[in-house]
Amino acid sequence: MTPEQVAKVAQLARLRLDDAQLQAMTGQLQQIVSFVEQLDQLDTEGVEPMAHASEIQNVFAADEMQASLPRETALRSAPKSDAACYRVPPVLGD
Amino acid sequence: MADSGSKSQTASSALFDIVIGLEVHVQLLTDTKLFCRCSARFGAEPNTQTCPVCIGMPGSLPVMNRKAFELAMQTALALDCEIPSFTKWDRKNYFYPDLPKGYQISQYDLPMSQNGGLHIEDAKGAFEPKRIGIIRAHLEEDAGKSMHDEQDGRADSRIDLNRTGTPLLEIVSEPDMRSPAEARAYLNELKLLLGYLGVSDCNMEQGSLRVDANVNLHIPDGEGHVATPIVEVKNLNSFRAVERALAYEAQRQHNEWLETKQTIDDAPKRTFGWDDQRQVTVVQREKEESADYRYFPDPDLAPVVVSGTDRDAARAALGELPANLRQRLQRDYQLSLDEADVLVNQGAEFAAYYEELSQSSGDAKRASNWMQQTVMRTLNERVMSIREFPISARQLADLLKTIDVGTLNTTRAKDVFQEMVSNEVDVETAMTRLGIAEVDSSELQQLCRDLLDANPKIVADVKGGKQQAVGALIGQAKKMNPNANPAKIRTTCLELIAQTDP
Repeated sequence: MTPEQVAKVAQLARLRLDDAQLQAMTGQLQQIVSFVEQLDQLDTEGVEPMAHASEIQNVFAADEMQASLPRETALRSAPKSDAACYRVPPVLGD
Repeated sequence: MADSGSKSQTASSALFDIVIGLEVHVQLLTDTKLFCRCSARFGAEPNTQTCPVCIGMPGSLPVMNRKAFELAMQTALALDCEIPSFTKWDRKNYFYPDLPKGYQISQYDLPMSQNGGLHIEDAKGAFEPKRIGIIRAHLEEDAGKSMHDEQDGRADSRIDLNRTGTPLLEIVSEPDMRSPAEARAYLNELKLLLGYLGVSDCNMEQGSLRVDANVNLHIPDGEGHVATPIVEVKNLNSFRAVERALAYEAQRQHNEWLETKQTIDDAPKRTFGWDDQRQVTVVQREKEESADYRYFPDPDLAPVVVSGTDRDAARAALGELPANLRQRLQRDYQLSLDEADVLVNQGAEFAAYYEELSQSSGDAKRASNWMQQTVMRTLNERVMSIREFPISARQLADLLKTIDVGTLNTTRAKDVFQEMVSNEVDVETAMTRLGIAEVDSSELQQLCRDLLDANPKIVADVKGGKQQAVGALIGQAKKMNPNANPAKIRTTCLELIAQTDP
């Protein structure tokens, strides 16, 4: 892993890292990637790729309405809201 | 490949081929959202239809709405798509204030359907009939809505999360359209199909149908062509806007190419917005370094396995689709493609009304004419659908039959029709109210005799072989008795003349 790669991942995750943090994260992420890389030792020739970790399939719910949250409850945990809506810094353009 | 037939469509198109692919999002008609049981109804007070699942509270778990999956599968089958036996959902990660979880649950590499197509044809022959390929149709959740609020001098945006998590089917076409007219025809046919299936109400104003267009040009160059950079056009709020925006964008790209000579290899895909007021496309932001969404399978949602039996059952549940209905109406009622097209394009209920009218009246052609003229005009004037139309097909058939047996002429029949619509009464009542009683035959005989006596020249002309001379009498007869049937006057006069001595 390079610091540039880590900086890009941080940017995508909206994390602000200073130089020291970036260096530390680069080392730690490298360790994680190296650990996972052990899998490369396995011969996966002819093994079907796994599309999903879960063995469970076809879990459905009926299309029947249930109560929603009271609006005050939903809005309460937001940093900023008015009587009806969440308020966020201006979303410009689209 | 572009076919040369489409090149004659616009003045500029000899200079280039327009290559268009469309992405259509339709909201499926469920009562509840895709992964939680909050209401999916449009128009509620902001933020009154949310719960921990759709506003992304930690620890909440999504569960797939069975109805949404079924509607999506029906649509996919109607679009002639393959339904793979295994499908799963993935997280598409990005940050935006209307996306509370920080990711949208969508489908990435294993969509629920793929490789379909939709046939488009213009009854008036504006373009060659063709099949528009469907790359895929996948089931995903919608985001919320942000509104910019300038009250109080505050510059905040306000967020309503009612729409968050409502089920969308994203239908992605191949870049198979070669003109704005073809794009519009594809959208019309798609919307019609969705209406016949009853899977979406396709209301663009309420956002239950949204269209984005990808467009570029192929400009002839020696033996091959060069392709201009692809532009995605957004903010298309009507089918007419789609057509205009594409025509404008094609011209804009051509001008840009003349200036810059930039090809698809020189510039990344860009996003333009259609400005409906100014009728121009305007560049929005450049795509942020080929958007890195870091898709991965949503571990909270179980994959879905579809069996052959499921597919067959879904296919069997599809009603008759517009393309089949057009063919059957032509075959069963001897209608032209154009006639069948107009009837079918008004929707399933309109076409069903036509069939009943045609069968009950016994005159398919007259039924078609009445539907396309009188009935359609009345529905437009009254801004109502055929479902709200006050006259049943059987009642209208009774009226058509009175024309058929010659009791009423068409003009008088339209008076009766108006009376039936305005007062919601049957034929007999309407005729009584208008004072239309059929003139009995002895009365008619007398009337004709008087006319013949008063017009010896016409009698002589008819005897001399000019049968059409009798026409002059019909106008006079109508003045004497407006309820006298013109066809009967004609035959009676001719009979009387034939009975007189030479």
